[in-house]
Formats: sequence, structure tokens, C-alpha cells
Amino acid sequence: MVSVIRNGRIVDPANSRDELADLFFDQGQILNSKAAADLPIDRTIDASGLIVCPGLIDLNAKIGELNSKGHLTIYSEHRAALNGGITTVCIQPNTVPVIDEPAMAHMIRESVKQQESIRVVPLGALTMGLQGETLTNMASLKYAGCVGVSNARVPIHSTLLMRRAMQYAATFDLTVFIHSQDPWLTGNGCVHEGEMSTRLGLSAIPEAAETVAVARDLALVSTTGVRAHFNQLSCARSVDMIAESKARGLNISADVAIHNLHLTEFDIQGFNTLCHVLPPLRQESDMIGLREGVKNGTIQVICSDHQPCGRDDKLAPFIQTVPGISGLETLLPLTLKLVDDAGLSLEQAIACLTCNPAKTLGLTLGTLSEGAPADICIFDPNESWEFDPDEMLSNGKNNPFGGMQMRGKVAHTIIGGVVATDLI
Amino acid sequence: MSDDIQIGTDGRLNHFISLEELPRELIEELLTTADSFIDFATRDTKKVPLLRGKTVVNLFFEPSTRTRTTFEIAAKRLSADVITMQSDGMSTTKGETILDTVSTLQAMHTDTFVVRHSFSGTADLIARHVPQHVHIINAGDGRYSHPTQALLDMLTIRQRKPNFNNLTVVIVGDVLHSRVARSEISALKKLGAGEIRIVSPRTLIPTGLEALGVRIFTDLDEGLKDADVIVMLRLQLERMEGQLIPSEREYYRYYGLTEERLKNAKPDVMVMHPGPINRGLEIASSVADGSHSVILSQVSNGVAVRMAVMSKIMGGFRQSG
Repeated sequence: MVSVIRNGRIVDPANSRDELADLFFDQGQILNSKAAADLPIDRTIDASGLIVCPGLIDLNAKIGELNSKGHLTIYSEHRAALNGGITTVCIQPNTVPVIDEPAMAHMIRESVKQQESIRVVPLGALTMGLQGETLTNMASLKYAGCVGVSNARVPIHSTLLMRRAMQYAATFDLTVFIHSQDPWLTGNGCVHEGEMSTRLGLSAIPEAAETVAVARDLALVSTTGVRAHFNQLSCARSVDMIAESKARGLNISADVAIHNLHLTEFDIQGFNTLCHVLPPLRQESDMIGLREGVKNGTIQVICSDHQPCGRDDKLAPFIQTVPGISGLETLLPLTLKLVDDAGLSLEQAIACLTCNPAKTLGLTLGTLSEGAPADICIFDPNESWEFDPDEMLSNGKNNPFGGMQMRGKVAHTIIGGVVATDLI
Repeated sequence: MSDDIQIGTDGRLNHFISLEELPRELIEELLTTADSFIDFATRDTKKVPLLRGKTVVNLFFEPSTRTRTTFEIAAKRLSADVITMQSDGMSTTKGETILDTVSTLQAMHTDTFVVRHSFSGTADLIARHVPQHVHIINAGDGRYSHPTQALLDMLTIRQRKPNFNNLTVVIVGDVLHSRVARSEISALKKLGAGEIRIVSPRTLIPTGLEALGVRIFTDLDEGLKDADVIVMLRLQLERMEGQLIPSEREYYRYYGLTEERLKNAKPDVMVMHPGPINRGLEIASSVADGSHSVILSQVSNGVAVRMAVMSKIMGGFRQSG
């Protein structure tokens, strides 16, 4: 059952490859093109004028709820992911119940296996119930399939416990994923502390809520030697601190949510609850600093931070609304927009969505190398359309980019050699 | 609001949410209309039939005395039917959302809702979700806006000092929690006030306030120098999360308005306070009741201003002169 994608422009940043060529795969794996050229072809996908890249890997998305039996019910969000060219999603441990026992990680992997589905890789909790009091059995979580540990968005108050969590994770070669956030400075804030919070009279989260915590966590990473990944930076100053620490040799990486690269505090004008996100949208200088961070490689990964919300979740006074954007289906076009707007190269843009997150998660995905799993995204870089959130397949239509001209429509998403977009 | 919801496509004032986006001419027109309503209060028959047959619902999700009663009196003087609902008697305490409460009441053919709520943006939210013929008047939402209060303060100033260009207005106190301060700054900017100063300890000054076009002082004597108007804000102890001032005693010593400190201002300075007053906390009794105080005129102007806003929104009333 050899399949071939013909005449596409293959962009595979892991191999610094960007050329017009045919791509063959069979039994879920990418084949050597020379060897495959003579094989009988069962299926041909025409990719003339299209870009063929590895299936996208989303480092942070909420894609489902666990039902009472602990099964992840990801049906609608799985279709949304496929529609966005995403083949792998990493989920944080703040599911219900929390992924703090190996059995939970098992259950998630099993329930995903039973569905025609995208790949789901879980992070294990750093502390039991994310309470910040007791360490989880991290080594067992790793054995059960967790690719790293994280306390999701729940700050760990105790510096001592954070240090021990890092030491213990380092013992078992686990990457610690950190949302750096000072709980006291964050308080009940819902927007960036600045001109807009003052104009609208909304409780605010100062820049220092992030930078103070990044500084603390960097100091602890430095003394424990753990491999650490900083999730969803929102401040330019944080990018500078990460860059300085990397230059000193720390083993760290970072990501940013795509909306923080396109929106600022001023987008909450008129109490626009669709722009209520955490961490909050900050100043234009922060947005520029984050874009620079992506360009110079301080930030390696761009994620969707997908948080689907119901209509009512966003229909209340601003502070009472549920934060988040339904972002799976705009991750690719908004990242490609950075090629036009921010001077990012196409190769870098694709790398931030494929091989870089794969590396962060320690996965052998995100590449079109011979022998790699045939996870492929084929998209049209030229077709332009006016984005309408109501046309998204996600359950959540909460996306503030409605009306924007987008480019980068996904034509096919292939997972393990199965043309999954046929299943949508 | 870039897509301002307050002014309809026909150019009419549909809602009254915040002063930020309203044109200066409209604010001045409202003040002039309010002026014409002031004499009414002294007549034997205090009613005009401008809003006969209209229904006004006062929806107060937060306690209020003067704003609620002045809205009620204003509506009654305009011959409207008024119903006032306080939050403890309403279904929102049973989990009904604000928008549900509003649509239920609106099904009873209400013309206008006067809304007060403790969350910023509530009036704006409701205005965006009611049918076109229903009007929303903001009676104070969270820390965002209290436009009728700002308007009545402007009226109080204008009655005594009509030329705003020469005025130095000093707002003293808890700006962080104050919707009055925010609306007042907008109104003063619109009317071209010479200088707007804020005096407060740094813990009560929100970040980025300078962007609103004010000068910030932390020393009261310095801030009061040659002031024409002083607006004292109430220290909103009930809204404070965590410690923002070390003690009330120290606050009064450094930021309380006493007769001694008042000497820094111009001899004809006027002292305002949106109420309710914390005597001996932000203002000395002798100043609050003294000759410079216009606090009680503010209250009576409150009725006239609210009549002006309601008649502008609901009535066919147009100011001729």
C-alpha cells in the first residue's frame, strides 16, 4: 500500500530540506524516495502548488474532558486538530482527575489508542493534585508514558519544594515544564497591568508576576541542573532573561502562545472577552520582544494554547469570563502570518510547529526523514480566505481573529500513513 | 470602545455607559439641559410629562443610596413609571446570569435599565445584548465608569467656574478603586480643563494613569497648590485586597483634607466629594461642612443631571437654546 504525495514543495526543517519533490510512505512510515520510485503506487495525492511538511505538534492544548471512566473524550477537538494540520498534541496534567498517578497516564494512552485519533502525549503532574505540597511518583509517571512533568498553571508557592521537584525530575532525566507565575502578584488579576487595565478598571496582572517567577525558576534550574522548558512567556523581559541564561549554558527552552505574537492589551478594548487569556496580552513592546525571541531562537516553539469555551463562558462581565482562545485551527495560518509580518523565515515558522516541539518533548516526530512516522501536513500557502470562527470544527468558537484574512489552508493531514482529513 | 455602542446609526444617544467616547458637544448639551431642570425642584408641581408611559427599571446589583434615590426621583419627575430592584431581592443570587435577568425584565416591555454592578464592563455587556429600543444607563460599574456622577460634578463646577480652560482640578485619594475618578478625568479632558492632578500614595495609583493625561503628585500640599477645584475620593476600604495603606491614622495625616492644607489652594477653591463621606479619614468635618464645600449641591444637581440623561435618551425632548 505505497502512497505518494506528488509535486509538493517539501519543507522539512529537521533536515534543512526545502525542495520540490515526491514523498512516499508505506505502513505508516516515510520511505526512501529513490527506493520507492519503482514500487507500485496505491494512492497518489497531488500536491502541486502546496507545501508538504511534517504534521504539526501542539505543545499546549486542552483537547478534551475525561469522562467518569477516565477516558479522554476528544472527538470534536480531534477533528479541529486535524483541520488545523495538527497530528500530535501535548496535554498538561490539569485534567480532571489530575494526571498524578501512572494509572491516569495509562488510561489516557489507552483511550486515545481506541479512537481514530491524533497522537496525544501527556505531561505528568509535578505535585499530587497540583497542590504544590507533595511530589508525585515521577519516575513511575515517566514509565507510564508521561514525556515530562509540570504543575500546569498552578504556581508552586514553596521555593524549597520547587527545588526538590527539579532535583528529583533531573534524577530521572525528566524535563520540567514551567508556567512561571507569582501567585501573590497575580492575585485575581485578569488583564495586563497598564494603560488598558487602568482605563477599563479591570484588576491587573503586572509584568513582575511573570518576571519574578521566571527569575526564581531560572535560579533553581541553574542550581539543580534540570532540563527545563518555560511555557507561554508573555513578557519581553522574560525572553531576555531566558536568553541570558541560555548564553550561560543552562539547558532550557521556551514557548509562546500564538496569540501573544499577534495581540496586545489594546485588543481588550470594548471589554472584548474573546481576548481574555492567561497569561494576559501585554504591551506592544512585549509582543515585539516575543517575536524577536522566536526569530533569534530563544523561543523555539509556538503553541496554540487551545482552550475551547462555550458561548456562555465568554458572555459575562469581563472578569467573570473563562480565559482562553480556541486556537487549534488558526495556529498554522497565524504562524505563517509571522513570515509576512515579522520577518520569520518559512523554515523557522514550520520548525516552531514541528521539529522544535518534538525535540522539547523528546519525540521522534516532527520530521519527514526516512523511517520516521508518516505524520504529514499538506497546506496551500497561497489560498487566502476571510476567517470566520463559526466555521471552525472545534466545540469552542471563541477566537478573536474573526474577519482577518488568513493564508495557509490545510489540504490534508496524514497520521501514521492514514489520510486523516478523509475522516473529518 | 472603537465600535461605540452609545450612539445609534441615526446619531441618537441610545445608551449612556461612559464619557470617553462621547463628543464634547453632547456633554455640554446634557449640562445645559440639566441646568434647565434645576428650577423644577423649587416649583410646587415638580413633574413634567416628558416620559409619561415609559418604564424605567433601576437594577442595583450593589448597594447605593444617593445614586439610586436620585435616579428614582429623576424618573418620577419626568413622569416615568419606576421600579427599583436591589440585588438581594433578585434572582441573580439564585444563579441566573445578569443577561437572563435583563431579558426577563425586558420581556415586560421596559424602556430603560439603570444598572449598577460591582464588575467593570457590566453596563457595556448588557447594552450589547439588548434590542435596539431598550436603553442602558450606567449607574456605576466596578472600577470602570460612573458617568452621571462625573456629569453632575461638571455641572457643579460649571455653575461656579464656567471657564474650564483656566481650571486646575485636583483629585485626591483612592484612584485605584474609583470609577468616579476615571469618569471625572474623561469629562474634564473633554471639557478642556487646564490641568488635572492626582494626589495619592503610590499604592492607590493605577499603573499607566499618566496616559490618561493627568499629572501625578504624592505630596498633598504640593498637589493642592493654587487648586481651583478639589475632588476628594472616598477611601474604599471594602474593596481593598491586601494592605494598600498602613493605617487610617497615617492616611489621614498625609492625605486627609484639613483646613490647614486647604490654604495651599486658591482662596475661592471649591471642595467636592461624591459621597458617602468618611469623616476624619479622607476629609475633616470642618472642611466637609465648611464654606468651600459644595457637597450638598452635588446631590441636588444629581437629580437634574439624571433627568437630563433620561430625557435625552428616551424622550423626544430637545434643548432649543
